[in-house]
Amino acid sequence: MELTRRNAMILGAGAIVATGLPLTAAAAAGDEEIAAFTGGAEIGSTGVTLTAPEIAENGNTVPIEVSAPGATAIMVLALGNPTPPVATFNFGPLAASQSASTRIRLAGTQDVVAIAKLADGSFARASSTVKVTIGGCGG
Amino acid sequence: MMISRRDFLQTGMAASAILGASSFGQWGRLAAQQALTQDQLTRFDTFGNVSLIHVTDIHAQLKPLYFREPSINIGVGDNKGKVPHVTGADFRRLYGIDDGSPAHYALSSGDFTALAQGYGRVGGLDRVATVINQIRADRPDALLLDGGDTWHGSYTCYQTEGQDMVNVMNALKPDAMTFHWEFTLGSDRVNELVEGLPFAALGQNIFDAEWDEPAELFPPYKFFERGGVKIAVIGQAFPYMPIANPGWMFPEYAFGIRDEHMQEMVDEVRAQGAELVVLLSHNGFDVDKKMAGIVTGIDVILSGHTHDALPEPVLVGETIIVASGSNGKFVSRVDLDVRDGRMMGFRHKLIPIFSDVIAPDPEMTALIDAQRAPFADQLSEVIGQTSSLLYRRGNFNGTWDDLICDALLSEREADIALSPGVRWGPSILPGQDITREDIWNVTSMTYGQAYRTEMTGEFLHVVLEDVADNLFNPDPYYQQGGDMVRTGGLGYRIDISKPQGSRITDLTLLKTGEAIDPSKSYVIAGWASVNEGTEGPMIWDVVEDHIARLGTVTINPNTSVTVTGL
Repeated sequence: MELTRRNAMILGAGAIVATGLPLTAAAAAGDEEIAAFTGGAEIGSTGVTLTAPEIAENGNTVPIEVSAPGATAIMVLALGNPTPPVATFNFGPLAASQSASTRIRLAGTQDVVAIAKLADGSFARASSTVKVTIGGCGG
Repeated sequence: MMISRRDFLQTGMAASAILGASSFGQWGRLAAQQALTQDQLTRFDTFGNVSLIHVTDIHAQLKPLYFREPSINIGVGDNKGKVPHVTGADFRRLYGIDDGSPAHYALSSGDFTALAQGYGRVGGLDRVATVINQIRADRPDALLLDGGDTWHGSYTCYQTEGQDMVNVMNALKPDAMTFHWEFTLGSDRVNELVEGLPFAALGQNIFDAEWDEPAELFPPYKFFERGGVKIAVIGQAFPYMPIANPGWMFPEYAFGIRDEHMQEMVDEVRAQGAELVVLLSHNGFDVDKKMAGIVTGIDVILSGHTHDALPEPVLVGETIIVASGSNGKFVSRVDLDVRDGRMMGFRHKLIPIFSDVIAPDPEMTALIDAQRAPFADQLSEVIGQTSSLLYRRGNFNGTWDDLICDALLSEREADIALSPGVRWGPSILPGQDITREDIWNVTSMTYGQAYRTEMTGEFLHVVLEDVADNLFNPDPYYQQGGDMVRTGGLGYRIDISKPQGSRITDLTLLKTGEAIDPSKSYVIAGWASVNEGTEGPMIWDVVEDHIARLGTVTINPNTSVTVTGL
């Protein structure tokens, strides 16, 4: 519950996201990246799995995993970050599995999104809200 | 539906059936205790072929105590108005419990002081031992499972770094355990204690933080063969340990809910022939309910963390969820009929440990006394008296926390005090002495420094919003299971139906009656910071100084928080 400068900065970001002020701009930026990735194609909801913690233990290094059997590429975005695109994983025809895990930095509570380009050329989307919190008062 | 209706009805409101219709007004202390017998409390027609015994959230309470259940425990989202978010008279109506009955006293709030004077103390691990021994007399191979929060919460536990609890629990011979506050002993000490345990230390969600792989010291599950049944017990530690508690004390470990990994573990044990899958959980009740609806194949969830005591299991699909209270106040017995690889029925009883009714186990009494003997003088020193009931449980405030906040305001010369919304800590009746042990029972922890700092009004608002969302986020997976941070010198309104950022309004500095200015700095005193390097005197010393100065403590009704959006 005591504040440090670091926490104050994390909190500040969290509060802004929570009140929703800059989110429209950030979400629009994410939309642009997604449109570039999909070429504007319709996006389905099955075929890609995104695994992320509900509440980040450390917003600076949040473990996530994406998986989409048969996919040729998976794009990951953190919609609330100043720069939403995180990574795009491309899978060649010899890839044993179409999954990847990494750690990402989140500026505050936000939605993390994964878009997969599936084997048939269609696209699928999964998203997960990851909370970045100060915590401190567990039972 | 594999659980027959008949079996479901056999599940017990054991406690409420003890005395039938009675009102407390007709019962003096002697009459109440004569009417209750150990046999009534523990009577159970052994059922099926497997027995589970569940204890959880003991918080190092070795001796009998008073413990008032909450009068305010608000449910949100799908859990609005559902147990365990039903309290007091509403709870008694829901379960058909008579006012003034032993079950009223044990399970619900209302008339607590009068009932406590009549029925006496609850808990005590020597009484718990008696009940466990009796269940084992019925079913020698019953599984004893400890849901964690065992090695934390008392003077002796702090001084011995959990050794007193390990010694006493080992004598009870549990079969498995999972964890939460244990980790606040620091990872070196936790590792040392766990390596020496003669039973399984389970946690499918305890991971190595560096590699995000399951931690070797804490296996996800263990198999037991009991009554001819192959049983898998899976452990689930508290998911938000590094957030709700100081992660720097156990940096090698990561946690989280990890329900996809839970499903993998359930599938794995089923593939290995498990006929019964038991989840020993420290998720908290609403998280367990949600998980039961997502993960398939769990038969029984033994639920801990949120300290709820429910007289019958809650059914989600084909999973039963059992909640066994806290502070040594209850033992749950669950008998199961497992045939042809399936759970066909169950019988359940939440056994309240009435300390004056259940005979202590003499060997356990001696063992407990031996743990306490080196500290006897420090424990028993009387610091003051109270003319008010001191308790903690409730979403927004408790009189113990009001007292702690008063101590912080006066001893640390602050404008505003913050005290963590933890759910542990026994109650003290009006007229009782307050001993040093009593103060430690509500403050003991490895990061008890009472800090003094400055915060802007804006930041204070952010802090309150953040904690409120840990409690009132409509999705249980985003809740951390504690109560709202307690405030001293500060009033506010909270609309629990709003999203994070807009629940808290009308922040008021009580000493002037003025609205909190977002841009102005205020002096804040608090304790239990999760940040490394926090400085200040220990909270128990601050509270002791305050009580010693007052002599007799009186807590006036707290009207500083207005709750809306119910």
